[in-house]
Amino acid sequence: MKASPIENETCKCALPLGQCRRGFRGTLVSVCPLAGNDGYDADELELRLLELGFIEGASVHILHEGPFGHDPIAVRVNDTTVALRRAEAMAILAE
Amino acid sequence: MTSAPAINQPKAAQTDPDAQPIEAALVGAPNCGKTALFNAMTGATQKVGNYSGVTVERKVGVATTPAGRKFALIDLPGTHSLRARSPDEEVTRDVLLGQRPGERVPDMILAVGDATNLRGALRLVSELKKIGLPIVMILNMIDIARHRGLQIDHVALSEELGIPVIPATAVRRGGLDELWSAVDPMLEAGLDAPQPSSWAVPSTHDMRVSMREAERLVKTHVIQPPEPDTVSAKIDRVVLHPIAGPIILLAILFVMFQAVFSWAAPFMDAIDWAFTSVGAAVTQLLPDGLIQSFIADGLIAGIGSVIIFLPQILFTFLFILLLEDFGYMARAAFLMDRIMGRAGLNGRAFIPLLSSFACAIPGIMAARVIDNKRDRLTTILVAPLMTCSARIPVYTLIIAAFIPNTKVLGGLSLQGLVMFGLYAAGVFSVLAVAFVARYLFAREERSAPLMLDLPDYKTPILRNIALGLYQRARVFLRRAGTVIFWAMVVIWFLSTFPMAPEGATEPAINYSFAAIIGHFVAPILHPLGFDWHIAVALVPGMAAREVAVAGLATVYAVGGENGLIHTLSDQWSLGTALALLAWYIFAPQCISTLAVIRREAGSAKWMWVAVVYMFALAYLAAFATYQISALLGAG
Ligand SMILES: Nc1nc2c(ncn2[C@@H]2O[C@H](COP(=O)(O)OP(=O)(O)OP(=O)(O)O)[C@@H](O)[C@H]2O)c(=O)[nH]1
Ligand SMILES: [Mg+2]
Repeated sequence: MKASPIENETCKCALPLGQCRRGFRGTLVSVCPLAGNDGYDADELELRLLELGFIEGASVHILHEGPFGHDPIAVRVNDTTVALRRAEAMAILAE
Repeated sequence: MTSAPAINQPKAAQTDPDAQPIEAALVGAPNCGKTALFNAMTGATQKVGNYSGVTVERKVGVATTPAGRKFALIDLPGTHSLRARSPDEEVTRDVLLGQRPGERVPDMILAVGDATNLRGALRLVSELKKIGLPIVMILNMIDIARHRGLQIDHVALSEELGIPVIPATAVRRGGLDELWSAVDPMLEAGLDAPQPSSWAVPSTHDMRVSMREAERLVKTHVIQPPEPDTVSAKIDRVVLHPIAGPIILLAILFVMFQAVFSWAAPFMDAIDWAFTSVGAAVTQLLPDGLIQSFIADGLIAGIGSVIIFLPQILFTFLFILLLEDFGYMARAAFLMDRIMGRAGLNGRAFIPLLSSFACAIPGIMAARVIDNKRDRLTTILVAPLMTCSARIPVYTLIIAAFIPNTKVLGGLSLQGLVMFGLYAAGVFSVLAVAFVARYLFAREERSAPLMLDLPDYKTPILRNIALGLYQRARVFLRRAGTVIFWAMVVIWFLSTFPMAPEGATEPAINYSFAAIIGHFVAPILHPLGFDWHIAVALVPGMAAREVAVAGLATVYAVGGENGLIHTLSDQWSLGTALALLAWYIFAPQCISTLAVIRREAGSAKWMWVAVVYMFALAYLAAFATYQISALLGAG
C-alpha cells in the first residue's frame, strides 16, 4: 500500500475481509471479532481464526466466492485455503 | 490390542520389554495423514480420505519395528488445538490428558505435521509440548513438499524444537524408512519419564505468541519455492466457479446414478444367471417337498434377490470413494453451504450427508465434526433420509418392474432418470425436514459458522479405493449371510406353515402364518395400496431394507410365482409401486442406523423422535402417492 497522509492516520484503509470481493489480495491487519457477530463468542472465533493462520501480517487472497449470494468465500492464507462465511470474515481486517 | 487399564496414571519410563507395551498416540491437524501413517505402521485398514474429519474415533493397533519391538499405536481424530470444541476433538483431548476412564495416558506423542503446511503443525507441537510427554515430530507428505520445491531443514528444526523431527511419506513404499530407523534406537534407550502437564486452555494472547513462534520457525528453516502449487488452484477455478461449479456438482451426481444403472447391469445379469442356474439345479436334484422348497424358494430366491444388487452398491461406493480421495468433498460442501445454511444446517454437514449416499451409519458418525450441538443433532436426525445404498435394491426392483427401459432426451436411460429423481427426493426431504425443524424450534438462532479447509487435490490411491470396495462387499455379503439369511428362514417358515388343508383350492401360502399376519397388518397399510404380501415383506424389512426385497421374493416364490420383476408388474398397480417407493424414501427401515442414532445423539429419546417422524412422513407420502395415483386412474 502506498502511504498517503490520510491512510497513515489510522487503519482507515483496512477493510473487513467479509466485504471484499473475489480477487482481493492483501495483508491481514487485525483479527477482532465483535461479540454476537455470529454463532461463536468473540474469543472463540478469534482463537479459531488464529489457529487457521489468520494472524496479523499474513497475506490473504480471496480465491473464490460461493455460487449463491457470493457467500461463503475461499481464502488463501499463507499456504492453505480455507472456506469461511462472510459473517465470520467480517472479523478479519485486511488492507 | 489394548493394555491393562491403569486409570489416569502417567507411567514411569519403560525400559523393561516385558512390561506393558509402549503406547504412542498420533496427533495432528485434520487431514495431515495420521490414519495413512497408522495404516502403514500397523497394517490396519482404517479409512483414509482427502478431507478433514475422516477419523472421529480412537483406534488402537500394534506396530512392529524392523528390530521386532512391538508397541501400541493410537490413531486419533485430527485437531488444530487441544481446546476441543466438537465431540471428535474431545476424543483427542481426553486421550492425551488422561481424561478417559479406564485408559492410561499414552507414553509418547507422534506429532504429525503436513510438510506443505507447517505453521499450524508447529504451533500444535508447542501446545503438545506442555503436556509433558515425550514427542517425536513427523513431517508427513514430504513427497509432495519436495515435489513442490519446498526445502525443509529438519535437522535444524529438530535442534531448535528439542525433539526429533523426521520426514515421512505415509503412502509410498519405503516412505517410513527414516522413521523406523529412528524408532528402534529410541525404544532401545527408553523413553523419557513424563513431566507433569502444564497445559491450560490457551488465551488469544497465547495463541498469537505460539503462532508467531511457528511463523518464525518456518521463516528460518523452510525455503519456499517462488511459485506455489497451482494445480489445485487451476482445478478450483473451474470446480468452484459460481456457475460451472454447481453444474459440475449436479453432473457428477447425475452420472453417478446413470452409471449405477448402466454399468452395473452386466454384472447383475451374471449374478442373476448364477443364482437362477443354482436354483434350477437344486430343484432338479432334490425331490419335491419341504427341503426343496426351503432351499430353492427360501434361501436361493431370497438371498439371491439381494446379492444381485452388490454391483450397484459397489458402483455407488466407488464414486463416493473417488470423490473423497480426490478432495472433492470439501468443495461440494463449499458450493452447498448457502443452501444448507438456509435449511439451518452447517455447510460442513454436507460431507456427512454426501457420505450417507453410501451408508447412513458412517454419515451419522461423521457428524461428530460439527461443533454446534443443535446442528449436529439435526444432521444426525436427517442423515437417514439420504438415499443410502441399501435402498438401491428396493428402488431398482420397482423401477425395473414398472419403468420401461427406454432412452429419452438423447440417450439417457429413463430408469436412471427415475433413480436420480428418487435421490433428489431424498436430498430435498433432508433440506425440508431440517428447515421445518429450524423454523419450529430454533427460529431465533443464527446459523453456525463455517470454517473448512479446502485441501489440495490428490490423485486417488488405487489401493485405498480397492480396499474400500472390498470392505464394503464383505460387509454386504456378511449381512446377506446373517441378517438376511435368518430373515429368510423366518419368512419361509411363516409362509409355508401351517400347510394348506387337503383339497384346498387357493395357493398354499394363503393358509400360512404369513397370510394371517399379513391380513392382520394389511388394514393399516390398505390406504397406501399395499396388500398383505407387501405387509409380510415390510415387517421383517424393519431389520434392514434389503430384507424387504428378499421377503417379496420368498413370499411370491413360495406362492408359486417365477421371476420377481415379472410377478410385481403383474400383481401390483402402478399406484402401489409408486407408493412403495415413496414409503422407502422416508421409512426408518434399518435397526443399525437407529442404534447409531441413539449412541451419537446420546439418548434413546432422539432415536424415537427419528422413528416417529420418519414413519409419519413415510405413511403420509405413501398415502398421498397412492390416493393421487388412484384418482388419476393408476390405482
Ligand atoms: N502424497 C501423499 N499423500 C498422503 C500422505 N499421507 C497421507 N496422504 C493422503 O492425505 C489424505 C489424508 O490422509 P488421512 O490419513 O485420512 O489424514 P488424517 O490425518 O487421518 O485425517 P483426519 O482423520 O481427517 O484427521 C489422504 O488422501 C491420503 O491418501 C503422504 O505422505 N503423501
Ligand atoms: Mg484420520
